[in-house]
Amino acid sequence: MANLYPGRRRRNVIWTALAYVATAFGLGWLALILGALLWQGVGGLSLDVFTKMTAPPGVVGGLLNSIVGSVIVTVIGMAIGAPLGILAGTYLAEYGRYSKLAVVVRFINDILLSAPSIVVGLFIYELLVVPFGHFSALAGGVALAVIGAPIMVRTTEDMLNLVPNPLREAATALGMPRSLVIRQVSYRAVRAGLITGVLLAVARMTGETAPLIFTALGNSLFEVNPTQPMSSLPLIIYEFARSPYAEQQKLAWTGALLLTFTVLGLSIIARALSTQRAGKQT
Amino acid sequence: MNEAMQTAVVANPAEGLNEKVVVRDLNFYYGQSHALKNVTLSLYAGKVTAFIGPSGCGKSTLLRVLNRMYDLYPGQRAAGEVMLDGENILDPRLDLNLLRARVGMVFQKPTPFPMSIYDNIAFGVRLYEKLPKSEMDGRVESALRRSALWTEVKDKLHANGLSLSGGQQQRLCIARTVAIRPEVILFDEPCSALDPISTAKIEELIDELSGDYTIAIVTHNMQQAARVSLFTAFMYLGEMVEFDKTDTVFTAPRDRRTQDYVTGRFG
Repeated sequence: MANLYPGRRRRNVIWTALAYVATAFGLGWLALILGALLWQGVGGLSLDVFTKMTAPPGVVGGLLNSIVGSVIVTVIGMAIGAPLGILAGTYLAEYGRYSKLAVVVRFINDILLSAPSIVVGLFIYELLVVPFGHFSALAGGVALAVIGAPIMVRTTEDMLNLVPNPLREAATALGMPRSLVIRQVSYRAVRAGLITGVLLAVARMTGETAPLIFTALGNSLFEVNPTQPMSSLPLIIYEFARSPYAEQQKLAWTGALLLTFTVLGLSIIARALSTQRAGKQT
Repeated sequence: MNEAMQTAVVANPAEGLNEKVVVRDLNFYYGQSHALKNVTLSLYAGKVTAFIGPSGCGKSTLLRVLNRMYDLYPGQRAAGEVMLDGENILDPRLDLNLLRARVGMVFQKPTPFPMSIYDNIAFGVRLYEKLPKSEMDGRVESALRRSALWTEVKDKLHANGLSLSGGQQQRLCIARTVAIRPEVILFDEPCSALDPISTAKIEELIDELSGDYTIAIVTHNMQQAARVSLFTAFMYLGEMVEFDKTDTVFTAPRDRRTQDYVTGRFG
């Protein structure tokens, strides 16, 4: 016993140090990215960014149409994806525990979770752009829904699986029909978790570029009609970052800053909500 | 089969006992596993019947047949007859929600819903009746009074049900069950997660409730069975070994196994 112990202590110190180094390495990159965004992007932040449209080089412009476009496309994506995702997740957790269909659905969902987003974009392009002859925000929204729904299916199912069975049984014992047990007991019990799932899906959708290239395409004018092509932040970042003009590159950085911090903010809120809930359980 | 089973049922009309629930030759299966074997017993109206026996003997299984709770899980099935006021509740055409309105259940672990104390109770009532606020307030109050919880929560009816202590939560669950005015109440080891003081309160409660409700209680604690029940059913390995007045089961049991269990030779 005595002669093995010093060796174990040494190895413990080494592995602990390695763990810290790895964490520092990962966090370091995060800090570098956020730092670069702040450094390059804050300079471009001004009221113009939020009030003027994207403009050709030489004209003072902003990002208004891209910001609004992002919002519209994400809202469409959520309007389609959230009900689908939550209801499918509910099916998997509540009705489909013992069914073969559930096994298949879960498997397909896992595949969709990691489907290359450009493939999703191409698919929706064939489905909703080519037959209609033009790009549209609607098609963009659908593509985003295909990307976001699997996230919500997974989080909804995982959350609902956490609802203790005795709680469901207690509601059933009062004579409550199944759908009411789900709506008024299960959903309520994991409400914060469900919202977290939705926020994570929104965060993902906001940042997707590839699917929008083939569906919403982009638009230099201010547009709110969903049947028309529409701009969005990731698209404009893509365009302006490659541009040889300094003002446009600066706007690309600012756009990237806005996008990243929005996603960061949503993730933090999602995390705060779930810790709050975990705190209440104890 | 044990002769004690056939003669064990004591229905003495002179004592004015009515059979509320009659179980006849009940067999229950978890998949292939035969969990209850030809169980026969009666629950008498307005009386408390205790189910005792070692772990795994089938007492909770039996209790859960009485409100068809097993229906939630495919692969679990029952065969035989369970008559509630003459109607066989194992009939597949039976409306389960209505059954469960007549046969309530209180579980081992207190399970308040994630809502206010008031809503916990009103929830069940709203399923069946549309009451104006004043009437609902009255129902909630009487349910809480019945469960000896009113004085402790009357000033915080809108606090979350989860903020109560374990014993209070269990009384809340009882209030919730009582509020929908069932005829039978099933208790599945209601005190095993509670401290002795809460346990005593709940036993007192069961005693008070028994006049108006038919009660069946599963308990691991033999002394509890002796304290609260009029009839006791001793089960062992899925069989109903002995069913008789509690006094008889504990002082002069007919079956050797019953004797061994109540004297603590195995448990």
